[in-house]
Amino acid sequence: MTIIYEETGAEGGPEIPQQRVTIRVNGRKVIAEVEPRLLLAHLLRHGMGLTGTHTGCDTTNCGACTVLVDGRAVKSCTMFAVQAEGREVTTVEGLATQSELHPLQEGFKEEHGLQCGFCTPGMMMAAKALLDRNPDPTEEDIRWGLSGNLCRCTGYQNIVKSVLWAAEKLRSQSAG
Amino acid sequence: MTQALDEIKIGGMGASRKRVEDNRFIRGKGNYTDDIHLPGMLHMEILRSPVAHARITRIDASKAWEIPGVHLVLTGEMMATRNLAWMPTLSYDTQAVLATDKVRFQGQEVACVIADDPYIAKDACEAIEIDYEPLPVVVNPMQAGEPDAPIIRDDKENQAGNVIYDWEVGDAEGTDRAFEQADVVSRLQLHYPRSHPSPIECCGSIADFNRSTSKLTVYMTTQAPHIIRAAVALVAELPEHMIRIISPDIGGGFGNKVPVYPGYVCSILASILLERPVKWIEDKTGNLISTGFARDVYLDGELALRRDGKILGMRMRTLADHGAFFSDAQPSKFKIGLMHSTFGCYDVPVAHLAARGLYTNKAPGGVAYRCSFRVTEAMFFQERMMHAAANDLGMDQAEFRRINLVRDDQFPHRTPLGFLLDSGQYGACLELGLKAVGYEDFLRQKEEARKNGRLLGIGISTMSEPLGAGNSREYDILGIKMFDSAEIRVHMTGKALLRTGARGQGQGHETTWAQIVAHELGIPADDVTVEEGDTDTAPFGMGTYASRSTPVAGAAIAMVCRKVRAKARKLAAHLLEVSEEDIEWELGRFYVRSAPDRGVTIQECAMAAYSNMPDGMEPGLENNAYYDPPNLTWPFACYIVTVEVDPETGVWDVLNMVAVDDCGVRINPMIVEGQIMGGLTEAFAMSSMQFITFDSEGNCIGSNYMDYLIPTSWETPGFELHGEVVTPCPHHPIGAKGVGECAAVGGPAAFVNAVMDALAGTGVRNIDMPLLPDRVWEAITERHDVSGAPPVRSDG
Repeated sequence: MTIIYEETGAEGGPEIPQQRVTIRVNGRKVIAEVEPRLLLAHLLRHGMGLTGTHTGCDTTNCGACTVLVDGRAVKSCTMFAVQAEGREVTTVEGLATQSELHPLQEGFKEEHGLQCGFCTPGMMMAAKALLDRNPDPTEEDIRWGLSGNLCRCTGYQNIVKSVLWAAEKLRSQSAG
Repeated sequence: MTQALDEIKIGGMGASRKRVEDNRFIRGKGNYTDDIHLPGMLHMEILRSPVAHARITRIDASKAWEIPGVHLVLTGEMMATRNLAWMPTLSYDTQAVLATDKVRFQGQEVACVIADDPYIAKDACEAIEIDYEPLPVVVNPMQAGEPDAPIIRDDKENQAGNVIYDWEVGDAEGTDRAFEQADVVSRLQLHYPRSHPSPIECCGSIADFNRSTSKLTVYMTTQAPHIIRAAVALVAELPEHMIRIISPDIGGGFGNKVPVYPGYVCSILASILLERPVKWIEDKTGNLISTGFARDVYLDGELALRRDGKILGMRMRTLADHGAFFSDAQPSKFKIGLMHSTFGCYDVPVAHLAARGLYTNKAPGGVAYRCSFRVTEAMFFQERMMHAAANDLGMDQAEFRRINLVRDDQFPHRTPLGFLLDSGQYGACLELGLKAVGYEDFLRQKEEARKNGRLLGIGISTMSEPLGAGNSREYDILGIKMFDSAEIRVHMTGKALLRTGARGQGQGHETTWAQIVAHELGIPADDVTVEEGDTDTAPFGMGTYASRSTPVAGAAIAMVCRKVRAKARKLAAHLLEVSEEDIEWELGRFYVRSAPDRGVTIQECAMAAYSNMPDGMEPGLENNAYYDPPNLTWPFACYIVTVEVDPETGVWDVLNMVAVDDCGVRINPMIVEGQIMGGLTEAFAMSSMQFITFDSEGNCIGSNYMDYLIPTSWETPGFELHGEVVTPCPHHPIGAKGVGECAAVGGPAAFVNAVMDALAGTGVRNIDMPLLPDRVWEAITERHDVSGAPPVRSDG
């Protein structure tokens, strides 16, 4: 492949430094050349086309950009892409297999845990981190565990139910 | 005998059908504006004013132009050469696209940069040098009305002061007479603080002008794509058929995505100049400080009361802060929206409302945030006033409402301010709510608790709000009548494609619209695809806001299905070789009246429309319908909240919240309940923490999610929903009423009334929202009202 760089503006501007990062994203090893200031959310969205990770607020409040980094829920708008060097990143696109939805995805649909869908990927990723550490959460555990994620359409009652639904299915799967 | 179709099984009316749109959203495969990437696309960023009121004395963008990767820098001066420095608003005012002479609010658009990527564009914005000469700042409508206040809109001819409008409705003299005859006059003054709809997704657009076809395609976050197309045609002077507005998935709207914003206009101009796609995605601060805010109204009203609790009259004055440009998105005829729907659900013989709007150095807007044009303020005042008046009379809150609610036998009921309420069972809803919350028991618990120094309270809010504008006689935006539309194509195998002029933003149209088709035609909902939001394919409509989708577009869907069914009946008669009069319809099937076993399905009729139509019949099975509703729809709601207030800290906890909603026939009960729960969450937000305010220099407090507080799952209480009372709308083809906004409209007063009830012994009459703990604590400790928007106390 050939990459064409268009020359615009005045000549002799400062060279934008580039840094090479190697990240495993949804199980696939990816190498990227990025500006050191590039946010992980932007690398995922625009660099890799994984647009399921949304950016909502720029200040680490809304949680729409939540992904898993080495299994921990991280707001990818507040992490530089270069900080993910050598890490394992999971986005919403990595939740389902080709044939099967993740129980969280099923739960959100079953319990009407979403409306506009914008906060949903972040909610599900935060919920996954929660269920990975606590497979049998109480309603209170879920409300605390998701308190880093904002929703404006649905409110939280059905989101909590969705996570409870998923937890139960995951437990029955691991029991079976 | 053939078995009739089971409507629930085919996903018809009343089925809690799982949502179709979820299939892409749960996979992260939604298609929001920022997800779209076009070849050769450039990125735009906006530079905003850091000050609220200043003269611009110098703009030097030369350093921005020098940054590699910058393609274009737009300033007001450049816009002016193309007659685009100003644009019309949806309320017959003008708004600056990019400032030329002055900036009039903090966050106003001053310049923008188009570059290879958004990082470069942001760098270049920082390199633009601007000198501002500060001017005196006006941050509330009281200041704006002072005789020596600076004139904010000196760009307008004949604008002597800061008053935008004085508007009144009702019978002033008759109301005065009612007050003369009153045993008790009860008065309440309050401020509904400025708020912001704040969908998680910010606004944005991708303009793509193609020189070779002269066609402009704009992907954008809009709830009303056809209005935008008309506005672009007028503002940019482009032919309307060469403009295509596509509204892809929208990450929440709540009214914020109805107006035309400068960013849209700049991205369009930039694409025309550069002949490349230009993407603009706002950041959160840009969204919160410059786009359509809501509320910010001072309300002052009185009730004339008879000793036995009967309301004799109501009068109200409102003072609205519209910011620097009057850009409310609302029906043209009504300057303060539908504020005059206040007290609609009560039998009030005579009333008067006087409204004044003023310019200030704050962001423009005044959009209907999850409400039907100012009805949130109207209903909040109504229910706070009811609470205060019951206390003034020494009367029980429920009993006072029982005495005054419009009775079932009074419909249709004409209100003194001009609305016609057509149906309802208000008393039944109230009684159901009281029973569900255990009203009498709670009053006893409250008395017991008080003896132990604990503060319990209960708050009621009952209201009916006008949803679903038009009719077109009374409702228009910029002269465009408020009707809506639907178009259906039934393919030969009986599957269908439905398009409407509405544009959902999470309401689940793709799911529920198909259910109306299933109900009307017996085509399983899974066999119907729903499309909205593309002006090249969708029929003309006014979009989705003010809970108008089901009342207007939903009705159009039923009507277009009936047209298709009428044609299918002719096809059935042809296939069954009988005359049309001998044909009967049951869900999904026509049959011969005298021989019910002889029938044809709707699918067989569809096939015949393409393969075996009678001589002389036009082929095909498709149609469209434009629906102009005869009236608004009037859902009713009763919200009851119980709280405990900690007198030591002012923190209040919700013990219980019961919501009774009568929204007529429910198409999809699951989705209706989802809408109500979402609305209640926003009601809790507004009553407890969510607000925007300004310091005396016009700095916006609430410009990001660290300052603009939105409740999380941790703070938000649980809700108990009741839908047992169903009063079908008499004029809607499927008996439905609007519902999406009721809880956000009626909910806040229930929370505030509950806290005020807990404070009943303190002599405190009012705490303005939000009821932050420090404000409640201050009221308890100092035993006085707490008014105005925090934290700038001098603001009020």
